[in-house]
Amino acid sequence: MTDMQQPGRDDGVPPGGAPVTGGVPLTGNVPTPPSEVIKAVRLRHPWRTTIAVVLIILVVLFVLDAAQRTAFGWPDVAKYLFDERISQAALITLELTVYSMVIGIVLGLILAIMRLSPNPVLKAIAWVYLWIFRGTPVYVQLVFWGLVTLIYKTFIIGIPFVHTWAVIDITWVPPLFFISIVGLSLNEAAYMAEIVRAGLLSVDEGQEEAAKALGMSWGQSMLRVVIPQSMRVIIPPTGNEVISMLKTTTLVAAVPFTLDLFGRAKDISAETFAPIPLLIVASLWYLFFTSILMVGQYFLEKRFSRGVGRGRPAIGTDAGTPPVAGVGIDIGGKG
Amino acid sequence: MSGIVGAGTGTPMVEAIGVSKRFGSNEVLKSISLRVERGQVMCVIGPSGSGKSTFLRCINHLEHVDAGRLLVDGELVGYRQKGDRIYELKPAEAARQRRDIGMVFQHFNLFPHMTALENVVEAPIRVKKVPRREAVERGRDLLARVGLSAQAGHYPAQLSGGQQQRVAIARALAMDPKLMLFDEPTSALDPELVGEVLDVMRGLAGTGMTMVVVTHEMGFAREVGDSLVFMDGGVVVETGDPREVLGNPQHQRTRAFLSKVL
Repeated sequence: MTDMQQPGRDDGVPPGGAPVTGGVPLTGNVPTPPSEVIKAVRLRHPWRTTIAVVLIILVVLFVLDAAQRTAFGWPDVAKYLFDERISQAALITLELTVYSMVIGIVLGLILAIMRLSPNPVLKAIAWVYLWIFRGTPVYVQLVFWGLVTLIYKTFIIGIPFVHTWAVIDITWVPPLFFISIVGLSLNEAAYMAEIVRAGLLSVDEGQEEAAKALGMSWGQSMLRVVIPQSMRVIIPPTGNEVISMLKTTTLVAAVPFTLDLFGRAKDISAETFAPIPLLIVASLWYLFFTSILMVGQYFLEKRFSRGVGRGRPAIGTDAGTPPVAGVGIDIGGKG
Repeated sequence: MSGIVGAGTGTPMVEAIGVSKRFGSNEVLKSISLRVERGQVMCVIGPSGSGKSTFLRCINHLEHVDAGRLLVDGELVGYRQKGDRIYELKPAEAARQRRDIGMVFQHFNLFPHMTALENVVEAPIRVKKVPRREAVERGRDLLARVGLSAQAGHYPAQLSGGQQQRVAIARALAMDPKLMLFDEPTSALDPELVGEVLDVMRGLAGTGMTMVVVTHEMGFAREVGDSLVFMDGGVVVETGDPREVLGNPQHQRTRAFLSKVL
């Protein structure tokens, strides 16, 4: 082999000077001249520049045009942007988001654990739940929850179809705000369940086995070992869900609950006969909130992806990643 | 641990009588019969797929046995016998059996979100309900014993493989096991790190701990093992004194295997 390589080599060793030793380091004998720096003409991208210029011109034209169009009603936008009704409605939208997400996350966690449990009954229940709540539109679900008090008017205690001991009229009509949260969170739970399940499955099997071998119960190994490690996988998509939830709250009109941001904006525009300025107002508020959430998500993801990507998860430099159970809720809290 | 040494009367620590185990149609253990006396170190060698790891995992019921009897300290593993009926144990009872059996894994399986010390004290605090201060004190002693006092606050990712495996040994010892199982504890290590782990195991054997060690380290088996088992194809091919088996294997399959690894 070494003989065959020899003729191909142009290593400066005089022919016959050194015996064929193959592995002799070349740098040892031959001084390497400093390499020549490549001075190449940079590749140009004329089309990038052209397209950018065209786009900028179009945007400027659009802005100038929009500023002059009365239909946009810019004075109204300014007037209603910080209107008290709007800012109160924005607060309600935030409350809907936070409550629905918190309940959705907790229920989702329970459902995910049920799906992964060895108990076939729990597994089946979780599966049916997911099948129904992911399989029907959230809008339809919200309409249904709005009508549910019409379906169930009495509460009967007794042996079904045989004997009745007591009939209680359900007189309590839950507030629409409450129904909206029920609808949104039950739907969200189905999606969170899949996110949490993916997170739990991402934890190496050996972790649960090690916990088992130490005599820890299934619950202990879940709470102390598996769930804290799954957070890294669960947090980023949960951030997406929060942003998505903020926008989905507009669908509570189906309940019908109308005190949220979009509902209020529509109500006001019904009085002023100018829908467009209020659409803009609502959109600006939604954009403001989602922007804050995106920044928060960026930092959370950075924190949870620390040290990942080189084989073993290197969680925790000395800053210490305390077990993260609270963080999922924390996002909701910021929401 | 010192208490175990004197207790060496009567029942063996591990007794397998015709233990069989299948995964689907694949019979991985075929009627294994073995005994490990108290305070003894049994090394198990064999080619991969020979069933040696599965046998080890059966001893602490990470896998359940399909046929035969497997007893640890005179107690059926994973089952309870009442008359001639055998009942499966409840998870809590199985967990109870496991806490007296320490296990060390090939890939360490340390909890990456906990420091070395937290790894060691986790099970004593959660499972045995040892007060935290006591557990921490004991944990520091154990880490010192495996030579890692200075690394108590390090996360597993900040430790070398050999250090991680030594933490894993300390973690298993923290439960005061009467039996220690080692599943190829040095196979995932860089060659220069093998020695430090074997040293800790040698020291542990010296204290009279009963150990079952699945390993490829023939030197360790010869030096520390009280008995050696060669498994192949789910059966025990040969068993005896390590020096005898390694030096003068009786069986053709043992000879063939040893000629490849020695």
